[in-house]
Amino acid sequence: MAKIWIYAELSEGKLAPISLELLAKARALGGEVEAVALGKGAEAAATILGKHGAKKVYVCDDSVFDEYVAQPATDTMEALVKANSPDLLLFGFSLDSREVAGRLSARLGIGQVSSAVDVEAGGGGFTARVSYFGGSKIAKMKVNQKPAIVLIRPKSFEAAEVGGSAEVEQVKATVGADSKRAHRLERVAEKGDKVKLEDAAIVVSGGRGMQGPENFPLLEELADALGGAVGASRAVVDAGWVPYSMQVGQTGKAVRPNVYIAAGISGAMQHTVGMKASKVIIAINKDAEAPILKMADLGIVGDALKILPKLTEAVKAKKGG
Amino acid sequence: MKIVVTVKQIPDPNGVQRLGTDNRLVRDGEVVLDPGDEYGVEAALRIKEAAGEGEVVLVSMGPAKAADAIRKGLSMGADRAIHISDDALAGADALTTAQVLAAAIKGESADLVICGTESTDGSTGMVPPMLAELLGVPQLTFAKSVEAGGGKVKIQRQTEVGYDVVEAATPALLTVTAAVGEPRYASLKGIMAARSKEVKKLGLGDLGVSRGTAAEEILEVVDAEQRQAGEVFEDDGTAVDKILALLVKVKAV
Repeated sequence: MAKIWIYAELSEGKLAPISLELLAKARALGGEVEAVALGKGAEAAATILGKHGAKKVYVCDDSVFDEYVAQPATDTMEALVKANSPDLLLFGFSLDSREVAGRLSARLGIGQVSSAVDVEAGGGGFTARVSYFGGSKIAKMKVNQKPAIVLIRPKSFEAAEVGGSAEVEQVKATVGADSKRAHRLERVAEKGDKVKLEDAAIVVSGGRGMQGPENFPLLEELADALGGAVGASRAVVDAGWVPYSMQVGQTGKAVRPNVYIAAGISGAMQHTVGMKASKVIIAINKDAEAPILKMADLGIVGDALKILPKLTEAVKAKKGG
Repeated sequence: MKIVVTVKQIPDPNGVQRLGTDNRLVRDGEVVLDPGDEYGVEAALRIKEAAGEGEVVLVSMGPAKAADAIRKGLSMGADRAIHISDDALAGADALTTAQVLAAAIKGESADLVICGTESTDGSTGMVPPMLAELLGVPQLTFAKSVEAGGGKVKIQRQTEVGYDVVEAATPALLTVTAAVGEPRYASLKGIMAARSKEVKKLGLGDLGVSRGTAAEEILEVVDAEQRQAGEVFEDDGTAVDKILALLVKVKAV
């Protein structure tokens, strides 16, 4: 039976959602499913990982992994991989995990498949699916090595609790003398405790068509009325209108809410790859030729600045009545 | 302060992208300097200017055409370049690319190596961390701002919720985002000056690197399932009613 490992990502003592998504896939692949949790909160995370199907969790509850970027985790992963020989090693394609995956891959002198959306077993190995050209093409890539290292984009699978508990194996931090170098001095959160974009059931996003940052409150008001979160296209993040934490797309966050409302977003592949898994897409754009209208369940050719305030009022009225 | 910036030429993202019979991206059309790398060049030039001294060296791996992308970076103000070009490198994976770049950069003894966060065409995001590992330096990634000097570098590292402040002693590798500053336009003077700047050409043999077997093999490329277009209306004053009706239908309101 293939030994499948997932790299559980911890941030500020909390398990990143991608870790549980990876477990759902690992379970479906039907191997011996195990996880590695490094950093503050690893012990508590093991319980959650067990409930999501991990049979065993290698745990190291040590703050060295939080204090220093990538290198201590790479050193410890290298030691664990060499001692336990997993067949498949799944990482999230997230900012923190990909750094460790890249370093580990170079350390072991083996390649990896990055930015994949799926992975399947067969032919005595694993095949990853990678989406190209904004998700219009899927390449099937065979990984010819052990361990096969595959990085999966967030929101590719749905996490599911199946009950159960994991055997916990305490491991020690293996950290090279020269690995405490990229020192994380401080973590700064830019947004309050509103609904998190990647977890929101409703996302209201704005692009260039919003004309300027001064009009983003129109999106926030609608999102508040719907109990959702506000997102943005890369163009407006690059222009400095809103912070990167709001960016949806290839180089931003992946979301799959029940409803995605795109206001003044043209629908470049860079953006749509991050939101096309939404259940219902509503697009408002002045340009009748905008690509976003071709993928929306409901497309409105019109001015978002005029429609949004009226829609907010209508939603409030409906909820009130 | 010596700064190496990795640069890549990519097919014009505004052009039509297609795959060849080998299922690899066709790279024979218009090529441009990867927009992500322009931020790397800009960040390097700003660090050099703030320090009042230093050298910015571009390193690129790519076919003969990559010379255009390199020239663009030199026109912006980089001092010289190294261009690794070898037919044996066509279709190289991220690990091979990182090994080749590392071999070329090692001899430079740079204080900083700056990369984009990921290429616009391949988007694997794997070359920077692999390169940092192979060079034996720490990686300070997704920088939205950079302060360098006095043997140290400190960045604001973009995160899903805000940013981290990360610091390391040099040498170090950075990846930079668009937030580090709008890339400057090449001035006419810059374009003229770039013509006489040194571009050292290297092959695999010069670097003592041999191409290994790629870990990954493309079996096939298929069309992804596409979303079906729904209804599109010109806003005639009923847009709000239509959207609200749909929101009610899917129980969002």
